[in-house]
Amino acid sequence: MSETTAPVAQVVDQPRSLAILAEFTNVDQFLAACRNVRDAGYEKWDAHTAYPVHGLNEAMGLKPTFLPFIVLGAGFTGFTFAVWLQWWTNAHDYPLIISGKPMWSIPANVPIMFELTVLFAGLTTFLGMFVFNSLPKFYHPVFHSARFEQHAMTDRFYISITEDDPLYDPPRTMRFLEQQAGQTNVEELLA
Amino acid sequence: MSTVFPTFRPHAPLSQTVEIDNTGANPTMQPQLVTGGLTFQDVTDKVCNVVERKDMPLAWKIALGISALWALVFVVLVVYLISTGIGIWGNNIPVAWAFDITNFVTWIGIGHAGTLISAILYLLRQRWRTAINRFSEAMTIFAVICAGLFPAIHVGRIWLIYWVFPIPNQQNVWPQFRSPLLWDVFAVSTYFLVSLMFWFMGMIPDLATLRDRATTPIRKLVYGLLSMGWRGSNRQWLVYEKAYLLLAALSTPLVLSVHSVVSFDFATSQLPGWHTTIFPPYFVAGAIFGGFAMVLTLIIPARSMFGLQNIITMYHLESCAKVILATGWMVGYAYTLEFFIAWYSGNPAETFTFINRATGPYAWAYWTMIFCNVLTPQLFWFKRFRTSIWSLLFVAIAVDIGMWFERFVIIVTSLSRDFLPSSWGHFTPTWVDICMLIGSIGLFMTLFLLFTRFLPMVAMSEIRGVMDGAQPHHSAYNEHAELAGEGAHV
Repeated sequence: MSETTAPVAQVVDQPRSLAILAEFTNVDQFLAACRNVRDAGYEKWDAHTAYPVHGLNEAMGLKPTFLPFIVLGAGFTGFTFAVWLQWWTNAHDYPLIISGKPMWSIPANVPIMFELTVLFAGLTTFLGMFVFNSLPKFYHPVFHSARFEQHAMTDRFYISITEDDPLYDPPRTMRFLEQQAGQTNVEELLA
Repeated sequence: MSTVFPTFRPHAPLSQTVEIDNTGANPTMQPQLVTGGLTFQDVTDKVCNVVERKDMPLAWKIALGISALWALVFVVLVVYLISTGIGIWGNNIPVAWAFDITNFVTWIGIGHAGTLISAILYLLRQRWRTAINRFSEAMTIFAVICAGLFPAIHVGRIWLIYWVFPIPNQQNVWPQFRSPLLWDVFAVSTYFLVSLMFWFMGMIPDLATLRDRATTPIRKLVYGLLSMGWRGSNRQWLVYEKAYLLLAALSTPLVLSVHSVVSFDFATSQLPGWHTTIFPPYFVAGAIFGGFAMVLTLIIPARSMFGLQNIITMYHLESCAKVILATGWMVGYAYTLEFFIAWYSGNPAETFTFINRATGPYAWAYWTMIFCNVLTPQLFWFKRFRTSIWSLLFVAIAVDIGMWFERFVIIVTSLSRDFLPSSWGHFTPTWVDICMLIGSIGLFMTLFLLFTRFLPMVAMSEIRGVMDGAQPHHSAYNEHAELAGEGAHV
């Protein structure tokens, strides 16, 4: 954190450097730049696109998400809950004889088992997406940029390197991004 | 690199709405999905314009006025029904289910096309789905709302509706899990929730686009809150895409299960004409058939009204027509096979039921169904009918009507004449039945028209991804990957 390294007076008097933002308009050059940022050893950086770009995860060196395993667990939980719920309510707590059917038989209980498996897994997927992505999060340094606001969600690509990166050094990082082929603008975002 | 990157083309004016026929003669060739040389900015402008424009077209206002009026009639009639009792409907023993359950099955079936487009076509990598998936998912949500209302008000004492859920109550009695009606409760509510989550999650990137384009503080606040602070981060896209895939994978068996469970309401009974094993696949095929017809019915006016012909192209409409033709044959096959099995089984009650359907007091409904569902879709064998707006609309509306009659025929003919002639009856709808059917259409259309006004009706972020030049070139990508020593990082 820059608070620990910078003198206190500087933090108070001067605007704090939050991030360096580089803009691209060509997806191939953008992908190449992402590889360079990755290879330069940056960690706290991100690529911003208006749609999912093929090959960007590899270009950024991102690992697959753990979410599917949690969803699998939730699916099993839903299944187990459905089995228990139907057995406990209809065969154990208040047994009901309905049209001579057995108190407890698997076939009649399959639809609910399936539905609750899907329900638990679906809710976990939905909530898990927000938890894993730290959303909702209404503040981020990139929102300081007017260019980002105008183009990021429409037609241009951005790389942001934020101040919490160990290699973050505003002049050097800026120079590094300015050297990337195809960049159309590099700006420092200040608070 | 033959394609130019979409950013660099000059912008097409918003008014430019050219109908371009991009349906090729060779169905194995992928056509251009966004026509007219639109750039990313053009697509965004065109889609956002529907939400951002000051004034809506006159046709939209008239449609909303009529729909809202009927939605109001529906609300008034629900109050009348709850305060009086379901005797104001024409249902009576032996026909205890009539318009209400017909409407329920029809609406839930309409919803199925939305999930088919959003989930199954996603898993099948059908890129054309991107233009119509948001729209169809919205249709699903609103159709399921209309569907859920009918069984809920049909219980008569709606204040006790919570008895269908396994909530501990003072009587210590639990719901009866061996009943297909309870399976329905779980299937439909799960379906509604999962569809809603899928729909909302898919909309987050587009809501962020609307947030960044917002010019008034209120729009900025509302779209800002709804978009959850989405910033197009690829670390988030990674999880988002995986979650989207998971929801699609979960929705796919779910949607097939929902109409199967709906068909169990009939198939697990012992009534002639209902007690058949063909019902689950027959109902699912019928649901997709009717749902695609509703997609066409809604999208053809909407794309003209809002000038989206270059995004929802003729190829999209033709693809829907092909699905209607295919599923129409499945439905026709099921109608035929039902007759065959009725004869082949040698069961006199079953045989009588089917002859009665075609020649009895409801023969007019049966032959309307055959005409609308089996005969009219055959027009789609011919390309000129698949690529003409008016014939598409004609067949789609015919199928919408036909699928309602299919459920009516199944439910009412079987109930009105079962085993014992002494307990036969006849169902005649009352004015309340008819007005509630129209009222539910009004409610559906009201929700739908408001959706087009306030939310992005085309999935812009997905459209961008399938535009020419949007994705990295594979040759370039591989060269760079080798230069960067890709292998070491994976």
